[in-house]
Amino acid sequence: MPTGNYKIQHHQHDVVVVGAGGAGLRSCLGLSEAGLSTACITKVFPTRSHTVAAQGGMSAALANMGEDDWRWHMYDTVKGSDWLGDQEAISFMCKEAPSAVIELEHYGVPFSRTDEGKIYQRAFGGMTTNFGQGQAQRTCAAADRTGHAILHTLYQQSLKHNAEFFIEYFAIDLIMEDGECRGVLAWCLETGELHVFWAGQVILGTGGYGRAYFSATSAHTCTGDGNAMALRAGLPLQDMEFVQFHPTGVYGSGCLITEGARGEGGFLTNADGERFMERYAPNAKDLASRDVVSRSMTMEIRAGRGVGRDEDHIYLHLEHLGADILAERLPGISETARIFAGVDVCKSPIPVIPTVHYNMGGIPTNIHGECIGSAFGNDTEVVPGLMAIGEAGCVSVHGANRLGSNSLLDLIVFGRASARRAVENAKTKPLAKRGNNALFEPAISRFDHMRYSDGGVSTASIRLKMQRAMQSNCAVFRNQQVLEEGVDEIEATIERLSDVGIKDRSMIWNTDLVEALELENLLSQAKVTVHSALARQESRGAHARDDFPDRDDVNWMSHTNARLNNGLVGLSYRPVVLETGTTEVETIAPKARVY
Amino acid sequence: MAEFRLPKNSRPQKGARHNSDLGMKSPRRFEIYRWSPDSDDPPKIDELYVDLATCGPMVLDAIIKIKDEIDSSLTFRRSCREGICGSCAMNINGVNTLACTQPLDDFGDVVRLYPLPHMPVIKDLVPDLSHFFEQHRSIEPWLKAPEIVSNTERLQSPEDREKLDGSYECILCACCSTSCPSYWWNSDRYLGPANLLQAYRWIADSRDEETGSRLESLNDSFSLYRCHTIMNCTNACPKGLNPGKAIGEIKSMIAKNES
Repeated sequence: MPTGNYKIQHHQHDVVVVGAGGAGLRSCLGLSEAGLSTACITKVFPTRSHTVAAQGGMSAALANMGEDDWRWHMYDTVKGSDWLGDQEAISFMCKEAPSAVIELEHYGVPFSRTDEGKIYQRAFGGMTTNFGQGQAQRTCAAADRTGHAILHTLYQQSLKHNAEFFIEYFAIDLIMEDGECRGVLAWCLETGELHVFWAGQVILGTGGYGRAYFSATSAHTCTGDGNAMALRAGLPLQDMEFVQFHPTGVYGSGCLITEGARGEGGFLTNADGERFMERYAPNAKDLASRDVVSRSMTMEIRAGRGVGRDEDHIYLHLEHLGADILAERLPGISETARIFAGVDVCKSPIPVIPTVHYNMGGIPTNIHGECIGSAFGNDTEVVPGLMAIGEAGCVSVHGANRLGSNSLLDLIVFGRASARRAVENAKTKPLAKRGNNALFEPAISRFDHMRYSDGGVSTASIRLKMQRAMQSNCAVFRNQQVLEEGVDEIEATIERLSDVGIKDRSMIWNTDLVEALELENLLSQAKVTVHSALARQESRGAHARDDFPDRDDVNWMSHTNARLNNGLVGLSYRPVVLETGTTEVETIAPKARVY
Repeated sequence: MAEFRLPKNSRPQKGARHNSDLGMKSPRRFEIYRWSPDSDDPPKIDELYVDLATCGPMVLDAIIKIKDEIDSSLTFRRSCREGICGSCAMNINGVNTLACTQPLDDFGDVVRLYPLPHMPVIKDLVPDLSHFFEQHRSIEPWLKAPEIVSNTERLQSPEDREKLDGSYECILCACCSTSCPSYWWNSDRYLGPANLLQAYRWIADSRDEETGSRLESLNDSFSLYRCHTIMNCTNACPKGLNPGKAIGEIKSMIAKNES
């Protein structure tokens, strides 16, 4: 048994939060404030988490720039989700939004301001007033560095409240016992020791898995480690076929250019210099929902109207906004365009292309963040001791397509909700006891096996094969044949993992091993993603099938739940929640989605 | 007698020569600092070539290509690859900067990669920044103002908000502090440019009500006044911020308070 070869430190906490991005930090903050013994373990220093890269802002019906109502926000979010979002969760989020933003302001977030001194709000895609009538200005912004401003502020607040961090610890696996989560096994990169965190409750805020694709706005660290740990524990991942392509990634590097650029008046053109979005979305134009804009761009390129030498991308124009507005409202993307596209945004358009950006899918949860869907096949049962929040979770507020600026909101609202619930749950739970070593030994065996892997294939080559397969076979447009090829490609890639070989055997800062473990995590998520996409025979939100071009509410208004059992994908379906959970707003009935 | 030489096992030696430039269209030589905590060997400088014809434009692209194709044990931090997370700060051809936003084209035939200077090294290009972050905590970088129960925001005029521009954008990459000679010698007590910029960010915030005590806590001969306006910090900042100016502002506010 390899366990004997490893020095293991044991910890006991009320709650362990895995991940220190926006959701994890907000949760951690609530738990520390309430006096629970909380450990936050994170594979990167908190301010390096990918929330830092969010640009445009955080939605909330504050009505600082004109009339607004959280019910309008809810309508937009339901419509944006293409009616796959759960309406109870959406109404909860939109109603909580104003207080969540105000709380952040009180924490010290340096929001941009209106002349009256209030929080500045900008226009964003799919955000309307009066149930689709006008364009709303609902997205609270700190220039175009809102994620950075929020993440740093949350970290600062965590310092104030003496939150206990375990930084540069890589989480290996959940520790499960009889369907209940008992803790987490993690690896301290600096000392090379393994740590077992026994916890009454574990909260996963581990983010998305954008790096399963070749071109993503996501950071290198976005490998969905929490999702993969859930799969290994037999738990389901929900709605994984819904992968958001952001319309404006910089052509080549994939760096993000915020939707706020179009919110401030930017627009897209094709090779004819035409503002083609006017054809696809006559009302919202360039501020249609992201899935709509990404599909329209792809269709323009397919029709031979792409720009550039290979006619394979689109231009984003900001020149007409003027240097002052660009400097005040969009300084960050002006810098990004200069560095990564060699473009002076005051003079020339930015070359852009739809780029993988966000995973609507994740670990299914209720509105308190508690994971639902057991390893035994029940899709509604709560998993004791386990929660998931932020991009790792699927509550589901984004359904088949997330609206821009709803993700920062999601992080804060459900980060806060998870802390509240964990505090409530902790009242009846004694401090976590140490469990039997047998509970984490299989995880150490897996770790040890990878550490000493000596096959002839590199992590990087397997990763590239997976990324290319996902990019070609599970992209903006899909069909049966392309997805079947995708399934075969991913299966073949997973087989190659058994021939992987790494060179570094050290326990200290062994990033060779970290990348191999992350690859294993990505592969399992890629697998359930292509299988879930192949099974869904309709087009909804970000899942656009050429062979099933219409939404099919009769057969498919349900969430996909995908489990992995001995390498086989098992799919089950759970109906969308239409009840709003409140008398303040009625269910928004499905209808055709036009912008 | 003072010891003027580096300890015996800390002088870098010649390391491995991984490949040659044979057949490369656009070869660029890399010299990379390597050190492993698992052995007693001194650090080594590895040499290798990367073909820029098949590599992305930034130094980080080349480093990742090296890890992917030549030596997977090369160790460095990276995450966002777009200059916002601050992970991949290192010393590149003598200058501290972010590998992800540093174009390879800026350099001639050789690129030398070292960890951030004057920090303990954990492994290869990964420095130990815990003291730097502990100092960050010590300036109490959070809003200090009486709690308000109201469900509206604190008001702040656009002019007051503008005073935060140039300081709130700091990404804590530590390029500035680790390029500062004063910080090299006195980092035990001198806060260094990054953390003084962070301190200034709260001093300048119209919503914060502890300006006086913040200034007071910096007013000793080390925390602030080891800054001798060398200005390496401002030259180094990959985000174009000016920590030197912020330090000057703090000094002048303290001087005004005292006069």
